[in-house]
Amino acid sequence: MTEDVLQHNREQNIKLPDGSIEKQTTTLNLGPTHPATHGVFQNILEIDGERILSAEATVGYIHRAFEKIAERRPLYQITPLTDRLNYCSSPINNMGWHMTCEKLLGVQTPKRVDYLRVIIMELARITDHLICNSVIGVDAGALSVFLYVMQYRELVYEIYEEICGSRLTTNIGRIGGFERNFNATAWQKLDKFLKEFPAALKEFENLLQRNRIFIDRTVGAGPITGERALNYGFTGPNLRASGVDYDVRVHTPYCSYQDFEFNIPVGTTGDVYDRWLVRNQEMWESLKIIRQAYEKVQQFKGEESEVYHANVPEYYLPPKQDVYTKMEALIWHFKIIMGETEIPAGEVYHSVEGGNGELGFYLISDGGRSPYRLHFRRPCFIYYQAYPELIKGSMLADAVIIMSSLNLIAGEMDA
Amino acid sequence: MELTNDHIKSRLVQKFGDEVTNFTEPYGMLTFEVPKELNLKVLQFLYDDAELRFQFLTDLQAVHYPDNKGKELAVVYHLHNIRDNVRIRFKIYTAIEKPDVYTATQLYACANWMERETYDFFGVNFVGHPNLKRILNVDEMDYFPMRKEYPLEDQTRVDKDDEMFGR
Repeated sequence: MTEDVLQHNREQNIKLPDGSIEKQTTTLNLGPTHPATHGVFQNILEIDGERILSAEATVGYIHRAFEKIAERRPLYQITPLTDRLNYCSSPINNMGWHMTCEKLLGVQTPKRVDYLRVIIMELARITDHLICNSVIGVDAGALSVFLYVMQYRELVYEIYEEICGSRLTTNIGRIGGFERNFNATAWQKLDKFLKEFPAALKEFENLLQRNRIFIDRTVGAGPITGERALNYGFTGPNLRASGVDYDVRVHTPYCSYQDFEFNIPVGTTGDVYDRWLVRNQEMWESLKIIRQAYEKVQQFKGEESEVYHANVPEYYLPPKQDVYTKMEALIWHFKIIMGETEIPAGEVYHSVEGGNGELGFYLISDGGRSPYRLHFRRPCFIYYQAYPELIKGSMLADAVIIMSSLNLIAGEMDA
Repeated sequence: MELTNDHIKSRLVQKFGDEVTNFTEPYGMLTFEVPKELNLKVLQFLYDDAELRFQFLTDLQAVHYPDNKGKELAVVYHLHNIRDNVRIRFKIYTAIEKPDVYTATQLYACANWMERETYDFFGVNFVGHPNLKRILNVDEMDYFPMRKEYPLEDQTRVDKDDEMFGR
């Protein structure tokens, strides 16, 4: 048979790479723009029938040189770059960056600012997990869950919109706090979310958690042990699904997370089902945190209840009406915009618990207006290298749900 | 015994003597320098030691200091002891003409892509790396873009007066 094909190719003068007819396996490109990859990255799979023998991952299709660009921008102009890392939960990236700057500059934020930030960050975590978990459903053949929960993501985006004016790439907050206080509509929408979302989340959970088909598809798919996961640099829900209870919010509390009561859900086997369960449980925990933060914010009375930024005129833009009427405000506005404020030299590493893991910012400042070097520790760039190992020996259809269960965001991977 | 920065420091000095230098604690994180030949020994010691247990490689990247003659490239390792929740950072410096550094891939699987990224942007040659090729940039690229000699903005521009704003 093989000989016939080779003979035919010789006669017809068809030239193929050596060994491509004789080999018994198939080379298949999964990606770069395959709907199942949910982003632009390629996997060159070597498959035998439907079994995956080996895989090679290629990334970098949407690399935008953020680290290089950041070396020419003043600190506050880097926030929009961080939006575009994990764009499913951009407020976490924004605030992580602001907290890094605050650490470098020595800015202390008031408690109310911290609590407001916690509300936004946990909303972002919910939307992030909601997308990831419902997409696992989509890839396992259940489209309705995805469409159903979208309306709540929409509601969260409306809350962002009230606070910062944009929805996906939020650029939310400033160094020291927020650019404006939460308005009445924002609180109203948050109320609505807290009231209606738990029921929807419960329905979402019911549709998949004990669903026979879903369990059959996901249990045992792409497992990884805790030890191996740590060696691969896993963080976030993917690591916790393997049974390691590492969470930056608890280990190194930032933004007053120590004031909140919540649990860290962990899995055991680290397969797709466990990752799904961990994320699902985390959404309930996030809801708990939001409720507590909401109550804490309500307890501020008098002047304190109007605080939405730290009192740092050197780094926080003055109100616009003052810029037009007051000398001092105009000067600060000008200095901040031109990047002429004093920035201490130093190096700082700060990390936050992002939607898919420990998002770290390593900032080296030489005292100039922009960072000397800024490096983003992007969680999914680091753990995606385990993907070939995770899918080796599994079916092609499993490779797709394993990929979606890792919560890979191309924007973050390629920075 | 509690794993304080001072204790880690004394353990390192005890093991490596005056090879480890420049201990500082910027923003609370113990930072030190190691000769580049010793990077693997230090990583292995920090990993294996029953007390230190720095077994999680948080981050690995390089920094370019063009004015630092003979030590132009710094490779920075961020390590984390998750059990005791202590982070440290150490740096190795290498000359840019011969940026050979031993790879950490034998110890940490996650170092693979981190080192590829570092190679891609700074040209640090990780000796012993199983697959050292570009990762985010195109394969045909023939320079290392994060080095400081490649400015972001065209330096020949004349329409901007930088004198005023200290660019």
